[in-house]
Amino acid sequence: MIRKVIVKKSRTWLRLDRSKTVSSPEHTQDLRQGFEFASQWRLMWWKFRKHKLAMIAVPVLLLLYLSAIFCDFLSPTLPTSRFADYKNAPPQGIHFYDKESGFSLRPFVYGMKMEMNKETFRRQFTTDKSKKYPLHLFVKGDPYSFLGLFPTTTHLIGTGNPDAPFFLMGTDSLGRDLLTRILYGARISLSFGIVGVLLTLALGLLLGGLSGYFGGFVDVVIQRLIDLLICIPTIPLWMALAAALPQDWTSVQLYFGMIIIFSAINWTDLARVVRGKMLSLREEDFTLAARLGGASNLRIIRKHMLPSFSSYIIVIATMAIPSTILGETALSFLGLGMQAPAVSWGVLLQDAQNLQTVAHEPWLLWPAAFIVVSVLMFNFVGDGLRDAADPYK
Amino acid sequence: MLTYISYRLLQMIPLLFVISVIVFVIIQLPPGDFLTTYVEQLRLSGSDVDASTIIQLKAQYGLDLPLYGQYWVWIKNIILHGDLGMSIQWNLPVSEVIGDRLLLTLLISVISLILIWIIAIPIGIYSATHQYSWLDYAFSFVGFIGLAIPGFLIALLLVYFVFNLTGLSVTGLFSPEYEGAPWSWGKLLDLLPHMIVPVIIVGLSGTAALIRITRGMMLDELSKQYVITARAKGVSERRLLFKYPVRLAIHPLVSTIGWTIPALISGEAIISIVLNLPTTGPILLKALMVQDMYLAGSFLLILSVLTVFGTLLSDILLAVVDPRIRFGGTRS
Repeated sequence: MIRKVIVKKSRTWLRLDRSKTVSSPEHTQDLRQGFEFASQWRLMWWKFRKHKLAMIAVPVLLLLYLSAIFCDFLSPTLPTSRFADYKNAPPQGIHFYDKESGFSLRPFVYGMKMEMNKETFRRQFTTDKSKKYPLHLFVKGDPYSFLGLFPTTTHLIGTGNPDAPFFLMGTDSLGRDLLTRILYGARISLSFGIVGVLLTLALGLLLGGLSGYFGGFVDVVIQRLIDLLICIPTIPLWMALAAALPQDWTSVQLYFGMIIIFSAINWTDLARVVRGKMLSLREEDFTLAARLGGASNLRIIRKHMLPSFSSYIIVIATMAIPSTILGETALSFLGLGMQAPAVSWGVLLQDAQNLQTVAHEPWLLWPAAFIVVSVLMFNFVGDGLRDAADPYK
Repeated sequence: MLTYISYRLLQMIPLLFVISVIVFVIIQLPPGDFLTTYVEQLRLSGSDVDASTIIQLKAQYGLDLPLYGQYWVWIKNIILHGDLGMSIQWNLPVSEVIGDRLLLTLLISVISLILIWIIAIPIGIYSATHQYSWLDYAFSFVGFIGLAIPGFLIALLLVYFVFNLTGLSVTGLFSPEYEGAPWSWGKLLDLLPHMIVPVIIVGLSGTAALIRITRGMMLDELSKQYVITARAKGVSERRLLFKYPVRLAIHPLVSTIGWTIPALISGEAIISIVLNLPTTGPILLKALMVQDMYLAGSFLLILSVLTVFGTLLSDILLAVVDPRIRFGGTRS
């Protein structure tokens, strides 16, 4: 009898799910019953969906990561190619309308003329409206190897004319296109967050798990280690350790060296949460039941404990990504992290370090905008996940 | 209470020992020792170093000893003589280079801390009592930005916008005429307006965090039964609020000092580099760049030790405020 009712109710829910109408009170009641049948992850998704900022942030982040992956195709040129005639050129606007020829569906950019400012003796660029360069999709340009797999010369957008200026975000003091460099920099900066957090996660899970599950001496040692790491101000410690990395290391070695430094310092937050959860779950009846049933330590942890706090781990890991990205940016910005031939957002911001350059070439601050957006978006997602982490609340 | 404090003090000794070992290891990380770099530098600048000076310096810093011996000499010099070693870059004892700068770092951090309290607690209480009002949303939004964007980026953008709008540069802590001058009233008065920008930027993320914590605590407290009971008995809203929930919400003030201080000092280090303040940050960076490791190590050591004492202070304060901790502490 009871089972029949349940089946009937779940059917109502299924129908509701398809029709997507949940407004009337009658439907809300059905919805509430639907919750009783949904899995934990499904409940979390429903709750996450309600967090509007997080729902905006997810597509933005996806877009950022996709453009980091396909940066070589998306960028108009190469991060190393220099345009000697266009050093410190300001960003160009894309136009559709011209006074002489009127409106054109094909967008175009104007040429640029360099002049010496007679008062300040600085080189300045002005738009040269006599020259127009129409923009095309899939133009031939500098050769590169797409995703490192096969060589090609096709870029998503450009003028197709190697001498024409096309700098949507301006150029730096060596005449390199900033947009291209930001897109390439996204590869290092954004991946650093993910890879760094993965290693932090591994360390935090391992040490926090050991600490919480075994207790006693192991616990005391690991807890004291955490106390110790919290006592040392992180940024000076990062700086000291990063400065100790050998100077002759390649970019790849530096990248992983820095990831190791970050993880070695940042695992403490995660370890504390894991330990706390372990301590409380250890006392639960289901753990005792599993142990009486003869399950091994590893099996109890993996099969019975881990699933009940994995959502919290995801939340903390998501919250740790932006701080890892910022850490890399900060160190590279100071000149202690990634070094010049490698391009990351922090390396790019090095150019904007002094007031003089920022005042004259404010477009050099563009990487900061990308950093701020990606960090904010990660925080929104983390916030949404935190609200959703315990869907039974 | 005394037993609790002495217990905590005893606990600090191994902590300080391990911190000093870590710092010593960091000092030793770059290849070669400081003496070879020092002698090399003097040779490059043309002045020859006679062998007796080298031998004397070697003995003073125990460089001919094995590593643990070197550590022993280093820590003995610090504890007994307050001698932190030589800075090769400045050719001065480290303590002379550090002095003033450390004071300014501490000054900025402490003022930021006080500012954080003054700003965050009332806002947190307001946001909790006016949950979902537009001001609550506004504070949450500002808090989000304060938490998400690091101080050095805010500093960078602020420097740009202030310069762009007013043509003023907000970098530095002193007007040019006071820069190298000894301390005086004039210099102190000159310092105050210059501190406003750094203090605000350093305190921003801490403020955002504390607003969130206070708001959360207040919301938890306000939904408790004693509040409902008091309201049912006709206690006025103001009295109801300040009698119990606010007192509890002030609790994180004390309990978060432990991690707020290292965060402030950390943040100050990098913000001061962007704003070009004469504090520890820029000199630490420069020391690391040229591998002036005694100087860099000393900064790390002193900042860490200060943090340990700050945490101790907050734990003692917490024990004063909260008897549960006091008694729990003595039992274990």
